[in-house]
Amino acid sequence: MFDIDKWQEIFASISRHKLRTALTAFGVFWGIFMLMLLLGAGDGMEKGVTNMFRGMSKNAAFVWTRKTTLAYKGMQPGRRYYINEDDIRFLKKNVSEIEYICPRLNLVGEFAIYHGDKMGSFEVNGDAPDYIRVESRKFIKGRYLNELDIAEKRKVAVIGKRVAELLFEESEPIVNQYIDIKGTYFKVIGVVKSLKTGEQVGDDEQSIHIPYTTAQQMNNWGNNIGWFAFTVPPTKNVAVVTDKIHRFLAERHKVSPDDKDALGSWNTQKEFGQFQGVFTGINLFTWAVGIGTLIAGIVGVSNIMLVAVKERTREFGLRKALGATPSSIISLVIQESVLLTAVAGYIGLVVAVGLIEGVSRLMDTFNVQLEYFANPTINFQAAIVATTILIITGAIAGLIPASQAAMIKPIEALRAN
Amino acid sequence: MIELKKISKSYQIGQNKLEVLKSLDLSIAQGEFVSIMGPSGSGKSTLLNIMGILDDYDAGEYILSDTLIKNLSQKKAAYYRNQFLGFVFQSFNLLHFKNAMENVALPLYYQKVNRKKRNEIALEYLDRVGLKDWAEHTPSEMSGGQQQRVAIARALIGKPKVIFADEPTGALDTQTSNEVMDLFKEVNKEGITIIIVTHEDEISEMTDRVIRLRDGVIESYGY
Repeated sequence: MFDIDKWQEIFASISRHKLRTALTAFGVFWGIFMLMLLLGAGDGMEKGVTNMFRGMSKNAAFVWTRKTTLAYKGMQPGRRYYINEDDIRFLKKNVSEIEYICPRLNLVGEFAIYHGDKMGSFEVNGDAPDYIRVESRKFIKGRYLNELDIAEKRKVAVIGKRVAELLFEESEPIVNQYIDIKGTYFKVIGVVKSLKTGEQVGDDEQSIHIPYTTAQQMNNWGNNIGWFAFTVPPTKNVAVVTDKIHRFLAERHKVSPDDKDALGSWNTQKEFGQFQGVFTGINLFTWAVGIGTLIAGIVGVSNIMLVAVKERTREFGLRKALGATPSSIISLVIQESVLLTAVAGYIGLVVAVGLIEGVSRLMDTFNVQLEYFANPTINFQAAIVATTILIITGAIAGLIPASQAAMIKPIEALRAN
Repeated sequence: MIELKKISKSYQIGQNKLEVLKSLDLSIAQGEFVSIMGPSGSGKSTLLNIMGILDDYDAGEYILSDTLIKNLSQKKAAYYRNQFLGFVFQSFNLLHFKNAMENVALPLYYQKVNRKKRNEIALEYLDRVGLKDWAEHTPSEMSGGQQQRVAIARALIGKPKVIFADEPTGALDTQTSNEVMDLFKEVNKEGITIIIVTHEDEISEMTDRVIRLRDGVIESYGY
């Protein structure tokens, strides 16, 4: 029931002690403000780190070979072996979990890349068309490699944004122009931009992708490849599939099945899982610290309410003499406490959200790219939880003072002074 | 109206038990105008508090308007106080942040009368004590006599059967004391029982019956 009289009483009581009320409210304000700020900062960090991997498939792995470390079937340890295209075909056929599998290799040797009188040194990767699904990129111009490029070992290249900036004039069209890689002319078919943030952008945008078949030819590797990447559907476990692939490759290349060091792999699912674990931890810590701060504020409210009740002993005694029931007095005090905490907390919430939104907007406006921090926000759920906590804690803060007030005996209050 | 049978009350003060009322008997009929006198420490305030359901008693029986008042819950006590009793205090006990009208209306708030209605009624009662023009003033803007009249209006608004007044003129000069007593007399004529605790002879002389208390027993019933 909305009781306008009760609210008038509460406003009257709050406004009688403006400074005291303001100082008490500040405790609660600060608690919520800090909690929200911490949550926002945590969110910003999480986004920042997630952005570092943006574009990267969250269920991919990279697999490469190393030297064997165990003797097996009459062969000495320390043997070098290579993955080839037959392995890829075999895996594609026999490992049903594989979604995409992409052979990769680097163009070996020391060389510079020329266009007209400009030159630069960049990494050149031999890639398959599906690689764009493992690590997606934004196309500024043109297209990516396709199956015909692979089949015909075409001399075409997709270049990173930075490569384009360094090799071409701004006014030049870029696509369908030729660049000189190790003495061979490649036609540029696309320019790509990284979706990641931080250091990784540089690596992505300073590389060149050519058909892996062309790279094999230039390296004179036959049908060998350097390594490969694969993805599985989100429901599958990457590590399990990787183990399966390890077993197949070991068998095909006569490597001991126990030789764990003979194959290397890197698993994005595991990596993401670790980050997620870290952020769950940060989140828990944030709530613990925030709620601790909030409790300090609430104790302040409770304390002040106790003083206020003491001060109003006479008033409560009189009210009781005139027919106030203990419950009406309890609800008066608790509502005052809830109002105080709710308003103070709400202001804290609004200020914190405002500040965080402001930071986020500034980062957008000035295009700030930090490696570990991006566009912080407070999610709606956290705000709802905080509001609920406020109201409950407000009621708890009022509980002790209220029961004190209800216990006041009218005679003690009204004894002539 | 009021029947006290062998009422005892003691307070624990440190190790000592102080007996304030000793098996006290008293009856006051409806419509009486009574004063209770006695030296300080005689137990008159305690007696008033018990009759006003502001305090418990240890033994005996208290019957108010055919209802046994004993071991009541706080809620029940609040209900009876609100329905049957009105109080007037030496220090007026008006709420300083409310104006005269709101102070008078307070008992009706606890009877869940809506705001408009109770302010209307409060104005009537303020009119009765001659303070209608002061309705919007806060207690601090009023003289002692005016404040006490507001307090009397507040005691009357709940249509009580009994009004208890604890030294109602203790803080007033003779002139205003007389005015307040005249007001009580008028109220009494309407059939409301009035019980005044005082130590001033001039005040008790204006009542119809003087009960004298000494050392927790009644010395004289005033018949």
